[in-house]
Amino acid sequence: MLNARRSLFLGSMVAAAILVTGCGKEEPKPAAKAVGAPKTEPLKVAFAYVGPVGDGGWTFAHDTGRKEAEKEFGDRIKTSYVENVPESADAERVIRDMATQGNKLIFGTTFGYMEPMLKVATEFKDVKFEHATGYKTADNMRAYDVRAYEGAYVAGIIAGKMTKTNTLGFVASIPIPEVVRNINAYTLGAQSVNPKVKTKVVWVNKWFDPGKESEAATALINGGADVLLQNTDSSAVLQTAEKMGKLAFGWDSNMTAYGPKAHLASAIINWAPYYKKAIGEALKGSWKVETNWWGMKEGAIDVIAIGEMVPQDVKKMAEEKKAEIKEGKFNVWTGPLVGNDGKEVLAKDAKGDDKFIAGIMFYVRGVEGKVPSNK
Amino acid sequence: MEQLAPLIAATLSAGTPLLLAGIGLVVNERSGVVNLGAEGMMLIAAVAGFAVGFATGSPAAGLIAGAVAGMLFSLIFSALAIGLVTNQYATGLALTLFGAGLSAFAGLSYVGKSVPFKTTFEIPLLADIPFFGAAFFKLHPMVYFALLLTAVVAWMLARTRLGLVIRAVGESPESAHAIGYSVRAIRVGAVAFGGACCGLAGVYLSLIYTPLWVEGMVAGRGWIALALTTFATWRPWRVALGAYLFGSVTMIQFALQAEGIEIASQLLSMMPYIATIVVLALISRNPAFIRLNMPASLGKPFHP
Repeated sequence: MLNARRSLFLGSMVAAAILVTGCGKEEPKPAAKAVGAPKTEPLKVAFAYVGPVGDGGWTFAHDTGRKEAEKEFGDRIKTSYVENVPESADAERVIRDMATQGNKLIFGTTFGYMEPMLKVATEFKDVKFEHATGYKTADNMRAYDVRAYEGAYVAGIIAGKMTKTNTLGFVASIPIPEVVRNINAYTLGAQSVNPKVKTKVVWVNKWFDPGKESEAATALINGGADVLLQNTDSSAVLQTAEKMGKLAFGWDSNMTAYGPKAHLASAIINWAPYYKKAIGEALKGSWKVETNWWGMKEGAIDVIAIGEMVPQDVKKMAEEKKAEIKEGKFNVWTGPLVGNDGKEVLAKDAKGDDKFIAGIMFYVRGVEGKVPSNK
Repeated sequence: MEQLAPLIAATLSAGTPLLLAGIGLVVNERSGVVNLGAEGMMLIAAVAGFAVGFATGSPAAGLIAGAVAGMLFSLIFSALAIGLVTNQYATGLALTLFGAGLSAFAGLSYVGKSVPFKTTFEIPLLADIPFFGAAFFKLHPMVYFALLLTAVVAWMLARTRLGLVIRAVGESPESAHAIGYSVRAIRVGAVAFGGACCGLAGVYLSLIYTPLWVEGMVAGRGWIALALTTFATWRPWRVALGAYLFGSVTMIQFALQAEGIEIASQLLSMMPYIATIVVLALISRNPAFIRLNMPASLGKPFHP
């Protein structure tokens, strides 16, 4: 008897713990509870996040976009999210759950959800799926992404002017084109103002692990790098630079507060315009399969909060380049573009199209080492 | 060579949270109790310490608050596993899951905040010695504290009456009970010490190592510390060795990458774990050896 009671108690404790950690958090909207049935059911929109909304970076930026869309559409939509969804079979389960719970528009916010989403999309024909940073689409699934490399390029301009050792550092996450592009753009931006610049790269093979990110940043600084950028999701790299008296950037969100002395600028992603567009189309019924790749022009990418230690002329250079990119006058991927193996990838004045950009898996000249998994 | 000194310094910093938690867990396990809640206690302490450090602006207050939070959280484990004699492994796992959720919930308002502490230190005069200064004498005081704690615990376990009693309780609780020691009180005390040390490790991460709070920031270090106790065959100085070995392998793989040495980074990421498996395989080649060191009643419940 006693044992049965104990195990029951233990069981309930484990269950309680799982409830606290494992479940998605739905934000109830007070408007939905108002007296009198609403004329139309609100559109249910769900988001699957790879990290915690409190990461201060990638997932935080998505969640800010979600909140802004909610503000825009009020009680015409009802949003929910599940955070910390691993890029594994779990993702499929979570996304399928979202579909069965009556969500009609589902956003998956990391590359690794592409295959799971595709699978669920074939089962739920009346649900619309949106996948971030991927390239596969279906009848009811489309892809969206941002041109984060535009931000990396402008950050590179500032870095190229601010470095004293002519060595930049990059804390990279997972070797996919998105990340390799940003390493290259950062280097190209720096070389556009300082041809002597080289970039060292350390891969941590994770999107989010502040400890590892910080250790990687330490290794880069010990190796002579003095201006760091990262493609990981936390603010640890910036803080490590602050601690060691070097310079760094914020990524995805404004990170000034984490290291005011080290913070040169933040290359941010603003997902709100896209989420407003996508949800608006779903409400109006004009949603169709397409691929959206938004950059500075659409207000999805920006470089903000340029620090006071950046001289006025450098600040001006960055602002001018931003304006050029916004007006469509400048393409980061303009030849001559040479790989770090010495081979010319783009001839003089040739411009890389989106297909080229999507497949970048090589380092440009000036980046040290080799892209992992690229034999 | 000039790369070596900062590499040593980074290794010592990276090994410190593992050492702090590992030492606590050694005392914990020497008393015969396995607490798999290490990760949960570290997370709770990380957020509690961060909150106090943020509110008071004092790193010392934050560190103490973290240790106290870890200790208090371990009392939940003691109440269940020692008081009600629930299964230690399941209770510890529940504590980790609970700690992960509770810390995320409690820390919501601290996300994105930073604490304005000085996190760089150096020992006057010694820090100016070429090479050794940069390698050993420019570290945070907690790094030295962890070593001091190791020395104290090693001495306590081997040379004092208290250590003898803790070990007796872990080897044969029935005998200790028969000669009049309160097995449960001693075990609660050992678990509380383990909780306080895990707490210090957690708050070291959130206030000193990467001074920020984000959900899940302990990132598996509690589990590594648990593995370290077995790795070290429950000997304090071997825990220190293991903790720094782990720290060094992590740092070396990043340093190699920063040097542009072309080894697949995925392969390098596995190195710490391969190192653990190799050492475990080596020490357990002789089964008598591991049994000789392992507390005989480890993980077994005691009914008074």
